[in-house]
Amino acid sequence: MEYIDNLPSMDLMRSEKMMRVQLIIPVESAHRAVTYLGQVGLIQFRDLNDDKSPFQRTFVNQVKRCAEMSRKLRFIKDQIHNAGLVPSPSPASQPDIELEELEIQLAEHEHGLIEMNANSEKLQQTYNELLEFKMVSQKAGDILLSSGSHVAAQETELDENVHISPEYADTSSLLEQEMQPGPSNQSGVGFVSGIICKSKVLRFERMLFRTTRGNMLFNQAPADNKVPDPASNEMVEKTVFVVFFSGEQVRIKILKICEAFGANCYPIPEDTTKRRQITREVSSHLSELESTLEAGLRHRDKALISIGFHLAKWMNMVRRENAIYDTLNMLNFDVTKKCLVGEGWCPIFAKTKIQEALQRATFDSNSQVGVIFHVMDSVESPPTYFQTNQFTNAYQEIVDAYGVAKYQETNPAVYTIVTFPFLFAVMFGDWGHGICLLLGALFLIAREKKLGSQKLGSFMEMLFGGRYVLLLMSLFSVYCGLIYNEFFSVPFHIFGSSAYQCRDSTCSDSRSVGLLKYRDTYPFGVDPSWRGSRSELPFLNSLKMKMSILFGVAQMNLGIILNYFNARYFDNSLDIKYQFVPQIIFLNSLFGYLSVLIIMKWCTGSQADLYHVMIYMFLSPFEDLGENQLFRGQGVLQVILLLLALIAVPWMLFPKPFILKRLHTERFEGRMYGILGTSDNYDDEEPDPVRQPHHEEFNFSEVFVHQMIHSIEFVLGAVSNTASYLRLWALSLAHSELSTVFYEKVLLLAWGYDNLIIRLVGLAVFAFATAFILLMMETLSAFLHALRLHWVEFQNKFYSGDGYKFRPFSFAALNDDED
Amino acid sequence: MYGFEAMTFNIHGGYLEAIVRGYRSGLLTAADYNNLCQCETLDDIKMHLSATEYGPYLQNEPSPLHTTTIVEKCTLKLVDEYKHMLTQATEPLSTFLEYITYGHMIDNVVLIVTGTLHERDVQELLEKCHPLGMFDSIATLAVAQNMRELYRLVLVDTPLAPYFSECITSEDLDDMNIEIMRNTLYKAYLEDFYRFCQKLGGATAEIMSDLLAFEADRRAVNITINSIGTELTRDDRRKLYSNFGLLYPYGHEELAVCEDIDQVRAAMEKYPPYQTIFSKLSYGESQILDKAFYEEEVKRLCLAFEQQFHYGVFFAYMRLREQEIRNLMWISECVAQNQKSRVHDSVVFIF
Repeated sequence: MEYIDNLPSMDLMRSEKMMRVQLIIPVESAHRAVTYLGQVGLIQFRDLNDDKSPFQRTFVNQVKRCAEMSRKLRFIKDQIHNAGLVPSPSPASQPDIELEELEIQLAEHEHGLIEMNANSEKLQQTYNELLEFKMVSQKAGDILLSSGSHVAAQETELDENVHISPEYADTSSLLEQEMQPGPSNQSGVGFVSGIICKSKVLRFERMLFRTTRGNMLFNQAPADNKVPDPASNEMVEKTVFVVFFSGEQVRIKILKICEAFGANCYPIPEDTTKRRQITREVSSHLSELESTLEAGLRHRDKALISIGFHLAKWMNMVRRENAIYDTLNMLNFDVTKKCLVGEGWCPIFAKTKIQEALQRATFDSNSQVGVIFHVMDSVESPPTYFQTNQFTNAYQEIVDAYGVAKYQETNPAVYTIVTFPFLFAVMFGDWGHGICLLLGALFLIAREKKLGSQKLGSFMEMLFGGRYVLLLMSLFSVYCGLIYNEFFSVPFHIFGSSAYQCRDSTCSDSRSVGLLKYRDTYPFGVDPSWRGSRSELPFLNSLKMKMSILFGVAQMNLGIILNYFNARYFDNSLDIKYQFVPQIIFLNSLFGYLSVLIIMKWCTGSQADLYHVMIYMFLSPFEDLGENQLFRGQGVLQVILLLLALIAVPWMLFPKPFILKRLHTERFEGRMYGILGTSDNYDDEEPDPVRQPHHEEFNFSEVFVHQMIHSIEFVLGAVSNTASYLRLWALSLAHSELSTVFYEKVLLLAWGYDNLIIRLVGLAVFAFATAFILLMMETLSAFLHALRLHWVEFQNKFYSGDGYKFRPFSFAALNDDED
Repeated sequence: MYGFEAMTFNIHGGYLEAIVRGYRSGLLTAADYNNLCQCETLDDIKMHLSATEYGPYLQNEPSPLHTTTIVEKCTLKLVDEYKHMLTQATEPLSTFLEYITYGHMIDNVVLIVTGTLHERDVQELLEKCHPLGMFDSIATLAVAQNMRELYRLVLVDTPLAPYFSECITSEDLDDMNIEIMRNTLYKAYLEDFYRFCQKLGGATAEIMSDLLAFEADRRAVNITINSIGTELTRDDRRKLYSNFGLLYPYGHEELAVCEDIDQVRAAMEKYPPYQTIFSKLSYGESQILDKAFYEEEVKRLCLAFEQQFHYGVFFAYMRLREQEIRNLMWISECVAQNQKSRVHDSVVFIF
């Protein structure tokens, strides 16, 4: 006991000791204090204003301003993105600016951008309209010419078109001009020309037909290339149309329909020379506009680039400010309204750091009063915080994925670092595949810096996150592969030659009769001669199956022992006496005994049948073991072990709930009669009256049922979990058989042909199968099974995993989130 | 086959039902409404909504907000969801989903026609139309002068065409016959929708017939109340009632002859489901009737989610969202006009 208590403390074994702290911050230094705390990043604030909705909190205006600023930043970012520019931080470091200043600057920038956009939009619209007009005048001109023969008679008495006049220079008001149709002349035939989206032409024509009852002529010609739409500035395919009709009523209707369909009507003079003149004018105007537009764009791009230099920094700053005000919103005002009161959790080791930061904040903000920082008592369970590094982090994640450890509970991640890759390797034992994995892991680790800084896909992200797990998994795979003597399922004579030899030189009966052992046992791993022999499978199965049970029993025992450490740490002698002791007796009297038998059989080379021994230990414990006896007194020992196991079951079931009940009644009575004597003790034990109600209720039946479930689960689990470890054998077998199949039935078969193409195809199929089926699928399945063995078989012995994670207020984490 | 939907429903409808149930869980709760009702400015409303599913739609709105912007953005979200569901749907669900929008289509047609009658700008009118009820040539409605033209030019291409058979007249359009047209169209639409759901059969038919019957009855009551004191004859009034629902046919006979609200009340109180609604009103009060009907409707729509494997959930979801948008509009208006005391008047809590 002494020895155990004096063991050096392990950092990762138990989560950091936390304390509940209260901060009383003068208002004037609050912002700075919280900023510094965010830089330290080791304190988790509690929300003291839980009952208030977001807009009722103190700093709601600042939060709103931050939201507004980030909206502006998003707008600018979009603009930069749309302009096809890449925002890059400028090489020269910029001076820090205050938030207020930034707000003003942002407003200016946004205003400027919007104005510029509006200007260029207006210009663009005019430009597009002109472009359309040009197109319409060209195409419609052609149509008019071709249909000229029909209307030639009428064309003679054209009225001058009202708006073929200098007004064309002022093209921006084109749309406002009344859409004049072609002149109505004596015969009453007029025309409307315009341009419309190609997709709408059919419906447009049908509508015109219906409205005019067929009394119209619709001519169309597709525009040569895509035209930007004046309204939306998107590139669309358009069609130029000319509608001939007669009558004033119809004209109004047609114009209405044009408007409804979003067709842009442009008046065209019927006279060819006038048309030409207009086209010329329009063209010159277009080129003018083009240069203006370009200048505008250049100006805007320049402005955007100069903003782009600061963009990342500003976004970061606004995000920080937002986080600071969110945190400040969690704080409470004290009665005098001069101080903010905050509560939170921090690890004990961070106390000095935090105090330092707070002092700095007081000093920097010239506050008269310092920040008061003191430790409080708390009923709540503190958050769980493990300090991990990049190596241990992945393993901690594996454990956390199951459940976050209870505060100060034994952390299985410590053991997982070794047992997880090892159990994986037992299933994935092949040093060829192991080396492939190793190369992959080394690649990821070598490029750690580069990969860590960039954004990866979800799959690569996962792979990169688990690179150190992958490294250990591959190393252990190489080790297990050497033990199994498998290299892509080929045995190698690495550690000397085989211990076996053929009976004669022809070696004809090696498969039927067997080999002779002529020298010492092969020094490391499985003798390569087993490969391909008749008894290969029975031998390997027996080996791997027994091995699996040994590992399983060892790991489960470790789990139960960890339970003991937990109980000792939390000073729970009940758990030790009535849970740990019977559990370890039960498991070891059955499966521990089996493990001993296995090792004994290996060492002595006995022929005893272990199935028989185990089964008849239960069925007829008093019977003579006969030839299955491994050592003297085995029968007596078995009877004793069986009795121990039988006693252990009620031992773990009954006493604990009854003792808990007795303790409860004693305490209750003590409170009734012994107030004077025990009141002090009570105050020591329970500093907070809130805690008392937790003990008031004692529901015996509930506790008993709970204990019963636990016991039953353990007893049944001891059997089923041991059986569950046999998956180690099963997956290992599957892996070696699969790789044998690919090697023999694909690669060797293809190599048998004397044809380069077949050999190449065989090699390709083999490489493909190795990479995708063995290296990826099998890795995944072995990984999952190892995961299960840890989560279920190992952790259910001791791990409650009902804690919650420590989430400090930290700027570093803030940036990670955003990326 | 009623009762056996579980066997085949999920082949085509399972994914979308899951989607719509997920959408439903995003509806604002009573707690949200309580918070919203405490807001002082529209910015507060935006801030609160940014924590809900409306967040992404409102976050890029510059700060001086208007009620219309909020409503527009919220409607946009509904439309996006509807479009997502419609593109994923297969027959007959896609037809069912399209049926849901016909009501808006009728409203839009009426809106445009009435608007042009009063010489309003078409673009302005188009902006006011519900985006769910838009169709291609809706702007062309302005051209039409009478019902016959309306039908022949525009509506013949829309799904509303069959509903028009009863109201083609050559009379010029005026407010009265537009309103009659709306109700005739709505009647035909509800009956068609009802028949369609009956054809689908199973739980869809059962639940939808209940919901549609309620809708039909509500319209019947509204038509009666609105037509009291107008020149609409009893027979004409009778013709506007849909030919199904709890009130059909005897309730309709009674409603058709009603001359004032108390007679309507007397007629309705014979029907137990409506008794509770009318018992909430004091005599002569019809203002609260709308709210009472909305509350009853929301209750029924929520119940539609209690059963699985039917299309009623899509209808119910769309209706609930629309109610939610109405609520938001009311709250925003109250906040914008400093009428916070009236904020609870017309808000119907959904959960």
